[in-house]
Amino acid sequence: MTGPVRDGTDVRADATSPPERTAVVGARKRGRRGRRGEQPMVPDAEFTSYYGRPVLNKPTWHAGDIAGYLFLGGLAGASSILAAGAQLTGRRALARSCRVGALVGISGSLYALVHDLGRPARFLNMLRTVKPSSPMSVGTWILMAYGPAAGAAAVSDLTGLLPRAGRAATLGAAVVGPAVASYTAVLVADTAVPSWHEGHRELPFVFVGSAAAAAGGLGMIAAPVGEAGPARRAAVLGGVLELAAAKRMEAGMGLAAEPLRTGKAGRLMRAAKALTVTGALLGGVLGRKSRVASVLGGAAALAGSACTRFGVFHAGVASAEDPKYTVVPQREQLDRRGG
Amino acid sequence: MTADTGYENPAPRKGFFTDTSVCIGCKACEVACKEWNLIPEDGLELTGMSYDNTVGLGADTWRHVAFIEQRKPLGGQESTASAASTVDLGMPAMPGAADRSEFRWLMASDVCKHCTEAACLDVCPTGALFRTEFDTVVVQEDICNGCGYCVPACPYGVIDQREDDGRVWKCTMCYDRVGDGMEPACAKACPTDSIQFGDLDELRERADERLAQLHDAGIDDARLYGRDPDDGVGGNGAFFLLLDEPEVYGFPPAPKVTTRDLPAMWRRAGLAAATLLTGLAATFLGRKR
Ligand code: SF4
Repeated sequence: MTGPVRDGTDVRADATSPPERTAVVGARKRGRRGRRGEQPMVPDAEFTSYYGRPVLNKPTWHAGDIAGYLFLGGLAGASSILAAGAQLTGRRALARSCRVGALVGISGSLYALVHDLGRPARFLNMLRTVKPSSPMSVGTWILMAYGPAAGAAAVSDLTGLLPRAGRAATLGAAVVGPAVASYTAVLVADTAVPSWHEGHRELPFVFVGSAAAAAGGLGMIAAPVGEAGPARRAAVLGGVLELAAAKRMEAGMGLAAEPLRTGKAGRLMRAAKALTVTGALLGGVLGRKSRVASVLGGAAALAGSACTRFGVFHAGVASAEDPKYTVVPQREQLDRRGG
Repeated sequence: MTADTGYENPAPRKGFFTDTSVCIGCKACEVACKEWNLIPEDGLELTGMSYDNTVGLGADTWRHVAFIEQRKPLGGQESTASAASTVDLGMPAMPGAADRSEFRWLMASDVCKHCTEAACLDVCPTGALFRTEFDTVVVQEDICNGCGYCVPACPYGVIDQREDDGRVWKCTMCYDRVGDGMEPACAKACPTDSIQFGDLDELRERADERLAQLHDAGIDDARLYGRDPDDGVGGNGAFFLLLDEPEVYGFPPAPKVTTRDLPAMWRRAGLAAATLLTGLAATFLGRKR
């Protein structure tokens, strides 16, 4: 090869020019894109990507398993707190339904977690180490502390065996319950997924609000109207907290808020809002007098909580699938730093 | 940091320096990697993305050569390529060759960055992902239970789950070869030394020199990516010399290991948990029903 070499480099000039044809420009600039009738809140940014391919590998988690887990874990954790309160204030039916709800919730959670593993038979490998840098490891140990307590509380209540131990277990589960309900926000936020990570400050509040609303919903369905006061107030308080925190979260997320408002996630989040408000009004207000309103409101609150979790889940997946959400904020950050 | 890895007498940190300015897109690295590591086939489709039918890194692609066609002059191309400096081989002349220099082809062989602060390793709940004595990041196949947490944690989209297997896989920087004093398969196979393997300190020096050389030659777009130990992941064990913005090659422009926010996240979660507990306790106050 006798290609001319520029002084001191071996970047060779092409002796023969490339063939004449329309080159496919790999670094595609993408402009505004139509979005089936939905108005993006943030104007579409110009950015460069590699053939529009995502930068991230999207989560391999299945929505049914992991979003379901987020919902059931929250339901269980908050139910345990209500159960303890009911126990201490002598609301036996409410206590029982919350204890059972917590057990069902946590069992479903564990099933979903194991089911989602690529190698379910190796679930116990989770227990070979304690890793503070891994929210999933921390969460596993939280569940290991919580599960047996929640289980003992429910079983003792249903069978009447070891009542004192059962009462102690109820209190124990209530102490760990808040951690079960809130750590899942850290679990998803500690990833490179823009719509999960960018919300990391408010997401724990969205999740505990959603958990409280779900537990309230459960209490309204299962306990008699006369005992369900705390459940009704939980549905209202939880709903308010969830919606307020979600609003704050979206406001602070920049471009990463867009997936929460569009597509499947957007529909789920809007449904969550409507259901949560319905649950709070129907169950929390009318439910004071009517058993039917209680049950309907409770179901709405539960469904609202589930929609929130699925909405957040799908928004994250959507944000990982589009390079825009990774590239644009990072590019802006670089440009800010640069000048 | 090697000091943090817990090895008593750590070997010097090993790394890759991928100088994309001399990559010719032959994909020898992709092939060598597949062969050596016995990686299964993962689809044989034609994508229409220039010469790239590999698409991106994943469980079954540990080296990926990107091809980018641009209407930009190649650095140095306008230079001394005159008739006088080329040997006339008697080939038929291409009509209009003179105005065809507005085209360049970028090629880059992507790989796991072996981050100094590796998100995949941080979030792995089983300890399957670990840091080797060479300060590289490797998955232990016999431990991984396929929880998939590392997949969305990686800010570069490197590691992924193999569907029929359930576990996650990625570049090991040929841990087996390096342990035996050999260089990784991709570096061995690379005919232009675009992929260079060695002690990271040395590679960084070499990269700095190469960058200065290119800048002197007027190629101002040349830049190092992942070289800086102060970046969002503490620098990469596998870093690059690029001829355009990172995102052009499919790299994140300013990646960050989210573990850095973990203390703040736990504080917020703690606060939220306390709010939940007190809030629900308050629902029992006052009224009797
Ligand atoms: S590039 Fe991704 S897979 Fe490789 S070490 Fe960094 S975080 Fe892990």
